Amino acid sequence: MVERVLTLRNQSGLHARPAALFVQAVQRFPGTEVTVVKGEQKANGRSLLSLLALGAEQGTTLTLRCTGPQAQEALDALGAVLAGGLGE
Amino acid sequence: MVWVSESALRGVGAAAGAALGPALIWRPEAPAPAAPAGPPAAEEARLRRGITAAEAELDALIAAAPAEAREMLQAQRLMLADPELIGLAAAGIAAGQAAEVAAAAAAAEFAATLAALPDPYLRERAADVRDAGRRLAAAIAGHSGNLRLVHPCVVVARDLAPAETVGLDRRLLLGIVTEQGGPTAHTSILARSWGIPAVVAAAGVLDRSEPGVTVALDGTTGEVVLDPAPATAARFAERIRAQQAEAAAGMVGAGAAAITPDGRRVELAANAGHPDEVAPALGRGAEGIGLLRSEFLFMGRPAPPDEEEQYAAYRAALAAAGGRRVIIRTLDIGGDKDVPYLGLPPEPNPFLGVRALRLCLRRPDLFRTQLRALLRAGVHGKLAVMFPMVGGLADLGAARAALAAARDELAAAGVPHDPAPELGMMVEIPSAALLAAHLAPEVDFFSIGTNDLVQYTLAVDRGNPELAPLYEPYHPAVLQLVAGVVQAADAAGKWVGVCGELAGDPVGALLLLGLGVHELSMAPGALPAVRRVVLATPYGEAAAVARQALACATAAAVLALARAALPK
Repeated sequence: MVERVLTLRNQSGLHARPAALFVQAVQRFPGTEVTVVKGEQKANGRSLLSLLALGAEQGTTLTLRCTGPQAQEALDALGAVLAGGLGE
Repeated sequence: MVWVSESALRGVGAAAGAALGPALIWRPEAPAPAAPAGPPAAEEARLRRGITAAEAELDALIAAAPAEAREMLQAQRLMLADPELIGLAAAGIAAGQAAEVAAAAAAAEFAATLAALPDPYLRERAADVRDAGRRLAAAIAGHSGNLRLVHPCVVVARDLAPAETVGLDRRLLLGIVTEQGGPTAHTSILARSWGIPAVVAAAGVLDRSEPGVTVALDGTTGEVVLDPAPATAARFAERIRAQQAEAAAGMVGAGAAAITPDGRRVELAANAGHPDEVAPALGRGAEGIGLLRSEFLFMGRPAPPDEEEQYAAYRAALAAAGGRRVIIRTLDIGGDKDVPYLGLPPEPNPFLGVRALRLCLRRPDLFRTQLRALLRAGVHGKLAVMFPMVGGLADLGAARAALAAARDELAAAGVPHDPAPELGMMVEIPSAALLAAHLAPEVDFFSIGTNDLVQYTLAVDRGNPELAPLYEPYHPAVLQLVAGVVQAADAAGKWVGVCGELAGDPVGALLLLGLGVHELSMAPGALPAVRRVVLATPYGEAAAVARQALACATAAAVLALARAALPK
């Protein structure tokens, strides 16, 4: 398992469009388990609904965890997506 | 011989006209499973098949949808395939639920979680989850998630939400009957603008209808008959023939000025909600577009339209009008509509709240973009701009300043634009009506929005079916306000139009004609009947009726007077 702590940069936080972009990016790594953690809450990175339910706003600190095949590759790619503004 | 199965109901006539055709029953809420749940393995298989079917349905919608709608549809598609949602549904199935029940319950749980979040934008997404859940439940049960017409029919439903009527093939829509709703609800306004007969608040219609049953309805009287006997069906067919003949007769002289027998000219224009409606409206005899609503550009999308998109749309509307005037109203929207990206906080009284012009003045970037797009589009036709919900000199002044600033920017940058389109304001707030004399010098015209003017003057929520009897457009108080506005406009040499429903109603048109209104803008379907009133009623007579109406104390008295004066 590899993980990285990062800050959500985009203005609207983890809203539907950015979350959808993230989920689509996760789909590039079909074998990897991806979890996004906000404080006490954990969300399955493949679940748009769980990501929305985190209610993560701009500036929130999130921990991205990847396990299994391609975990490091996924962590790098998805970490860039989350910290990079998610299309905004 | 007595026809055993004919069943008569009464509702409220919402859009005039008679219709006769087979029922298409639209029940978007989660259908109860047809049979009790089978073994979990079988229900799981139904769940998987339902997901595949719902995804395919969404893919088709995405392929056909305009760019701005695609993102939200794609998000819905992701929700359908959401592993947590599927996991929750599978747990329900393992506990003995039928697949569609488990799917709906799982969606409801996620919707509840989102609805409890502090962020209002995310709370709005709860509705998307519920929509995805209902589409999935419908797909599992083998129904379509879309209201799609394949043959001419009468749609029977509990109510029709704006999203459900997008993309409907109106050529196949013979009529609408809903269980709920009132004459000023969305369904009613839409049906009138499409010229499709509709009856609302027809309690019991859903329970008594079966798919395919013949439905006869009269949107003028509110009658609905299910499975009519031959004699009843013949009666309705005759009404339909008569209305088609009248529509044809009403087209005589269409597109030309409507002049009363004693020489008073009234301009007859059409209301439109989209540039695509402009050409058909002119085709039905409108001299111009008295109200082009701009909300279509802003609703049901994740972000506001940019200047180029707006410019293209306004340009298209002006081009379609072929030189005839198009009055475009600036953004008239509030928190009650589907604009989550505006981040509008919920208000206890949205109709008295931050909406329309007030909203635009608080969002200068949004307003500036729209004003720039309008002025640029103005070189392509005869543009007029009007501001909604003006309360008085202060907000009118601010709006005019914003327009001037946009114009100056364009001029300084050398961008082609119309520097001085005709400028008007909607009169819908009583304070503006009462102070029209102060406002008249500041505009080129007034357009009275009677729908909201009635609402604010009589303190009646026009969306509340319980209050429908109290919502009286012929109320003397409203007519007195109109009279005052006309007087103030005449004194200042400005013209007055009416773009509310009253203008498209023959009784209303007669009264407005008599009150001295210069322009009537209405749903295109209403043009023939109103034209007939203008061509047949001397202005002197209409003015006498209006004078008497102004002295009445009740709407009922006004109605009796006006009805007696209508052409036979």
